[in-house]
Amino acid sequence: MVEKTFTITDPAGMHARPASALVGSLSKFQSDITMEFKDKKVNLKSILGVMSLGVPSGSTVQIAADGADEAEAMETIERVLNEQGISNE
Amino acid sequence: MNRISGIAASNGIAIAKAFRLENPELTVDKKNVADTQAEIQRFGQAVNESIAELEVIKKRTAEEISDKEAAIFGAHLLVLEDPELIGPITDKINNDNVNAEFALHETSTMFVDMFEAMDNEYMKERAADVRDVTKRVLAHLLGVKIQNPSMITDEVVVIAEDLTPSDTVQLNPKYIKGFITDIGGRTSHSAILARTLEIPAVVGAKSAMGSIDNGTIVIIDGLEGEILLNPDEATLVEYKEKQTAFAGQKAEWAKLKNEATVTKDGVEVELGANIGTPKDLTGVIENGGEAIGLYRTEFLYMGRDEFPTEQEQFDAYSAVLKGMEGKPTVVRTLDIGGDKELSYLKLPKELNPFLGLRAIRLCLEMPDMFRTQLRALLRASVHGNLKIMFPMIATLDEFREAKALLLEEKAKLEAEGVEVSDSIEVGIMVEIPSTAVMADTFAKEVDFFSIGTNDLIQYTMAADRMNESVSYLYQPYNPAILRLVKTVIDASHKEGKWTGMCGEMAGDEIAIPILLGLGLDEFSMSASSILKARSQLSRLSKADMEGHTEHILGLATSQEVEDYVKNL
Repeated sequence: MVEKTFTITDPAGMHARPASALVGSLSKFQSDITMEFKDKKVNLKSILGVMSLGVPSGSTVQIAADGADEAEAMETIERVLNEQGISNE
Repeated sequence: MNRISGIAASNGIAIAKAFRLENPELTVDKKNVADTQAEIQRFGQAVNESIAELEVIKKRTAEEISDKEAAIFGAHLLVLEDPELIGPITDKINNDNVNAEFALHETSTMFVDMFEAMDNEYMKERAADVRDVTKRVLAHLLGVKIQNPSMITDEVVVIAEDLTPSDTVQLNPKYIKGFITDIGGRTSHSAILARTLEIPAVVGAKSAMGSIDNGTIVIIDGLEGEILLNPDEATLVEYKEKQTAFAGQKAEWAKLKNEATVTKDGVEVELGANIGTPKDLTGVIENGGEAIGLYRTEFLYMGRDEFPTEQEQFDAYSAVLKGMEGKPTVVRTLDIGGDKELSYLKLPKELNPFLGLRAIRLCLEMPDMFRTQLRALLRASVHGNLKIMFPMIATLDEFREAKALLLEEKAKLEAEGVEVSDSIEVGIMVEIPSTAVMADTFAKEVDFFSIGTNDLIQYTMAADRMNESVSYLYQPYNPAILRLVKTVIDASHKEGKWTGMCGEMAGDEIAIPILLGLGLDEFSMSASSILKARSQLSRLSKADMEGHTEHILGLATSQEVEDYVKNL
């Protein structure tokens, strides 16, 4: 399993556009991918799950990928978060 | 000819045939199914049909309207592919032997309830998305056809019970000349979009679906909130003239967008906008705002469960200052309390919240919270022309205390090596009569005044503005108010300072000539009123209005003032 912490820097937090881009980029992976915020863990392949967290700007989230293609999945996550300008780590 | 009245939601006149956007009744019954595999397959089929349909609508919306409006369908598509939605539905069919309609309804209701329970407008809209998607799949399961507005290719006015977000983004102004809904208000999603698309709309019409047939000729008067059915020839002519006049006026206003605000006798005044979030900047720029006269920072604090951090505030303030490109930007420090509460800030219940611990009083009571905001503002100051304004100042001591905190934070930041602008003006809102009366003393210490008329009227007339039984006392033209306004403006000018106004009154057609005569320097209003005000001011002479001032201030009642100005 690979795990990483990200800080959400977009002033609007994790809103629909970046969340859609992120979720949309992950459906092709076999691994289980989760995001945890304030002790709540959701499936990162689920747009409803991600939106239900309501992650505001400035907060940190833990993302974990577990499975055969976990490394590749984490790379994609980092890239998309960067491209969308919502996290710069 | 029939007439229906509703709420005017978007300006303009539309004349076209009615197109009823039917919202079929989709009732869900619980049934037992024996062959769950076939039922799951039937559900998958309906989802796939919905996906195909959404792909078409998305493409069409992107081509005909914009990518931005099409994005909502991208989100809908993701919802349809969401394992957390689809998984539980198929599990339910499998384990409970129920029909797909019931399993879908149960599962999506859970998500809708969850989003609706969130204390955040944005999340509440996500509930509408889930409902929208569910309706589409349900219609396919039940074999009911849903009409899609993007498929309309005739000039029509759309009549509907209500418009879903996915309906509204498909409204192509080329064909949809206007719309009428039976429910909704001025701030509902569809009303806001109508104003963006600049198509006339009447909402809250209650009986439109019940009384308008397909093909009926309909006139929508979005200025008055009136709907006329089957108009006679004379009425048609009258409304066509009104339509031309409106188009002419709009063209005239558009020409004024990049112009300065100059009166007939060549005096320049400043027209600013009131905003609540950085998102409102677009409207300010589109309407030719010369300044931001009031940035209400409390919205940053609302709809969340903890205080915004210094960084979050810095980001928001910087975005606004950068967006204004050096134009004056008046930021009001936190104005919470009274009718505005924060869920995470538990304040004791007060008998008279409007006379209680609110705005600057609360900030001085909670200096740590206040200091965070001041630091964020000071750090952002290098990105534009920042002016800081304290709300609800009643005494000079309060102003001095607030300003001292500001200077302390500035010194601290500078010691930390952070760059802070040296030309930040520091002013106050004038909304309490004691401050208006003492304006000459205040003017020696503050850099500017901004008159907040809603509260100034409420406190001067001793009339709770939330209480409908005393709403007749909300009298902006009452000579008592006008005399206070004059006291404030004169006091500021005597010290070489300036006075603005950021209440409803600053954009009011009757008030504008009076305020011009009184010497108001800056008028701040909702962005959509700016061009109209600029047009009105270009036809007024300041010298003329100054000549009327003494007479107006000597009138006895609000009504007398109104009548006098109307007959000028």
